[in-house]
Amino acid sequence: MRKRDPGSWSPYLAGALSGLLLVLSVWIAGKYFGASTSFVRTAGLIEQTVAPDHVAGLSYFMKYFQKNPGIDWQWMFVLGIFLGSFFSANASGSFLWTPVPDSWRERFGPGAGKRGVTAFLGGAVALFGARLAGGCPSGHGLSGLAQMAASGYLALIMFFVGGLVVARLLYKGR
Amino acid sequence: MQLILGLTTGIIFGVLLQKARVIRYDKQLGALRLKDMTIVKFMLSAILTAMIGIYLLRDLGLVELSVKSLSLGGQIVGGLLFGIGWALLGYCPGTSWGAVGEGRYDALWGIAGGWLGAALYAESYPFMQSTVLAWGDYGKITLPQLFGLHHWVMAALVAVAFLALFRFLEKKGL
Repeated sequence: MRKRDPGSWSPYLAGALSGLLLVLSVWIAGKYFGASTSFVRTAGLIEQTVAPDHVAGLSYFMKYFQKNPGIDWQWMFVLGIFLGSFFSANASGSFLWTPVPDSWRERFGPGAGKRGVTAFLGGAVALFGARLAGGCPSGHGLSGLAQMAASGYLALIMFFVGGLVVARLLYKGR
Repeated sequence: MQLILGLTTGIIFGVLLQKARVIRYDKQLGALRLKDMTIVKFMLSAILTAMIGIYLLRDLGLVELSVKSLSLGGQIVGGLLFGIGWALLGYCPGTSWGAVGEGRYDALWGIAGGWLGAALYAESYPFMQSTVLAWGDYGKITLPQLFGLHHWVMAALVAVAFLALFRFLEKKGL
């Protein structure tokens, strides 16, 4: 299944370097990796512009905004992922303006609408689940397992159980 | 300062994610369809490196753990929901921004959906607190505590299990 892809790095090497980066981040900044809380922050900041009183009354938003009412380390971290990927993709010529992923196109056709609706619904369910679980593959997966947290192991296993079942349903017999 | 550290860490992580090609729909679904285990290799390599580094620095008194609480309800229900959404979206919260950086703009729909999911979770949080999150709440517990093992014994067992999985994946050409 694997195709040659010039310019790509071994996942073992890039993974080990990412692990080292996490260690340095914990040491220097005292910060473990995480991404899904930034979605809570952005959602709260957007909602604040239309219904500030409602946001102020929600204990979940206030849990984060009381610590920091604006953007924080993690928000900048997630912005950095976008910028780092953008620089890297452009520097190596692997930037490609793609409306629909290859394997999706083979299975469901080139329609960007169908892909967009599925991605939107998937994103909503995924983030709701991540916040209920207390984290995503960064917070629970990387940071949790690196600390041998029982919660991280349980969450990561459940991420894969849910994902394997739905992927099987989507790509039946392929 | 924290904001600059967050941005810098994110940029380096974004480059590594892009170089390893793990931020692509095809790679994420490849793992969920058990056809291409690149993201698993990346993730477990990062965890292995970070686990050794973090526990070393912790033994030296230089860093502290930040373990998330084990809630059977939260991680099982939330984890399954995340997995379902993840397979539909094909990106996770952090990698969706990386995917946009590579030009895969279907991830933008997922990001917008994620904001909605986070906002809906904020609405349902009081309900979740008294129900799902309260089911099987064991607090901030690690595997060494759970099994009553010294943390380096547990870490060695984890390392052996990960390396055995890598060997298996390479043998199968996944």
